[in-house]
Amino acid sequence: MNTSVISAQRLSKRYGVHSAVESLDLEIAEGEIFGMLGPNGAGKTTTILMLLGLTEPSEGEISVVGLDPRRQPLSVKRQVGYLPDTVGFYDDMSGRENLGYSASLMGWSRRAAREPIARALERVGLENAADRRVGTYSRGMRQRLGLAELLLKEPKVAILDEPTLGLDPEAAEWFLATIRGLKQEGMTVLLSSHLLAKVQTVCDRVGLFQRGRMAMCGTVAELADEVLGVTQRVELEAVAPAGREDELAVALDGIAGVQRTTPVAGGFRVETQGDLRSALVRTVIEHGGEVQGVTLQRPGLEEIYRRYFEEVNDET
Amino acid sequence: MKREGSPWTGLSAVAAKELADHLSSMRMVILEILVVIAAIGAAYTAGEQLKATVAESSFAFLALFTTAQSPLPSFVSFLTFFVPLIAIGLGFDAVNGEQSRGTLSRILSQPIYRDALLTGKLMAAMATLAMVLVALWLLITGLGILFLGLPPSAEAVARGLWFLVATLFYGGVWLAAAMFFSIVFRQATTSAMASLGLWLLLVVLWPLASQFLAQALEPIRYGLPQEQLAQINLAHALARLSPNTLYGETVTALLDPSVRTLGPVFISQLQGAIPGSPLPLTQSLLVIWPQLVSLIAATVLLFALGYLVFQRREIRA
Repeated sequence: MNTSVISAQRLSKRYGVHSAVESLDLEIAEGEIFGMLGPNGAGKTTTILMLLGLTEPSEGEISVVGLDPRRQPLSVKRQVGYLPDTVGFYDDMSGRENLGYSASLMGWSRRAAREPIARALERVGLENAADRRVGTYSRGMRQRLGLAELLLKEPKVAILDEPTLGLDPEAAEWFLATIRGLKQEGMTVLLSSHLLAKVQTVCDRVGLFQRGRMAMCGTVAELADEVLGVTQRVELEAVAPAGREDELAVALDGIAGVQRTTPVAGGFRVETQGDLRSALVRTVIEHGGEVQGVTLQRPGLEEIYRRYFEEVNDET
Repeated sequence: MKREGSPWTGLSAVAAKELADHLSSMRMVILEILVVIAAIGAAYTAGEQLKATVAESSFAFLALFTTAQSPLPSFVSFLTFFVPLIAIGLGFDAVNGEQSRGTLSRILSQPIYRDALLTGKLMAAMATLAMVLVALWLLITGLGILFLGLPPSAEAVARGLWFLVATLFYGGVWLAAAMFFSIVFRQATTSAMASLGLWLLLVVLWPLASQFLAQALEPIRYGLPQEQLAQINLAHALARLSPNTLYGETVTALLDPSVRTLGPVFISQLQGAIPGSPLPLTQSLLVIWPQLVSLIAATVLLFALGYLVFQRREIRA
């Protein structure tokens, strides 16, 4: 797990004065699912294109599967599968023909490609639509055909740019499950997205991109620690004795490890360092209140993201 | 920094796919039908006229291509008009079409270089053009045998083949120009307009402009023969910047063996020549060699220019 499959040092890309990516350091280990998150224009796609050798970096070093994409683009592209954000196919060819063309570009003979193409189509569930013109495909089907093309290559690394963009929730769910499946086969996956809630369920680690820089990088829990300073949030449903609500709030605030108590309808929202549920319940009862429910909430990426960018915007 | 592997990896795959696209696309079918109808019409009227006049000439077959009977222009005039249209039709969306469909980044993420994509597209389009031209040439030759009742001589066939080469590269210039525009402009409509605009400019405006420019730059002040000669030579040189002029001259000399020169000639230079007697093919080739080479060079140059721009192009949509 420790060998890094993708690594970039001080990677930069400038277009004139505008810099799309600014001194990016990236290490992705073998078998990992890494999520690049950030708003549009944060430099995610540019980074991906540089990793594939499709865009020349202005500065920095890149190594993908141990190769330099600038010097050995063919070997890199043979081992890296890419699903672009707006994946396009030739509309007047069938799905199978489109994959046949890709296979011939990979250097496969027509006969050698037939079996793998059929298998790839089956795996993404397009076997019944395979001989229809791609022009009749829905957005979700095109996306799946793109995935079939990626599978056909049997790559070591799969790079997916906004794989769930424009898909309905069910299709997005299917896609993420398949991405998890790729990891199980030992593939390293790099995916970019701005749909945070979806992505955090599959990613081992995420990097937050902002204005061409990777602002933060780590597991979701690590990022939560770093940005929010709290790892836990407890939703406490409690009824305080009449007229003593304020007193209870102050008492809750007084517990060691509690960072913030906010009264909400029917109870309190308490942010804590560590799991302080039992201490909270005890305090409510000691003050004559009634506990109706306690839930521990882990802050999601969505929250981390919003908080982080709030902070960044405050600073600027 | 040396690149790994051959730039032509995947070339044949690209060329085969593009060729299949061209041959089955509606756009090409329409253009081909148009050209065939025009060709048959032109050859038929030319044949009718030739039967009456010069059927005894050994170059009747060549005259079939060039004879015009008003109001119909000759077959060659038709080609001069249609070949650029076909070439532009084949090339105007070569690269920006891929980009707007979102296929470009996907194709280039396969283990091929950009070289293979662009060269494969050029080769496929040239092959399509060659097929159309050969088919047309065979059609006209067949009609010629039917109308005139005599087979073409070996020399007529040889001249016909050179004529095909010249026509192919005349189309090649327009193809390379259209592909260049398809790389430079992101919209297919823009590149189509640019290609057609350039074509109109060179066909309609440039002959006039070269006359005006020659008159302005080499004015005839005293009416001396030297002045007149200088002006004519300059006008010719300027006109030859247009592939249409080059092609017109090439075809004239190739299909009419009695053409000895394409520029002004002095009486003294004609001493001992028998007027109207045909030149052998090799001599005709010498006359048009610069024109033919220029057409090929222009194709290569325009393609190289597009190639340079394409290598540096950002491929993201």
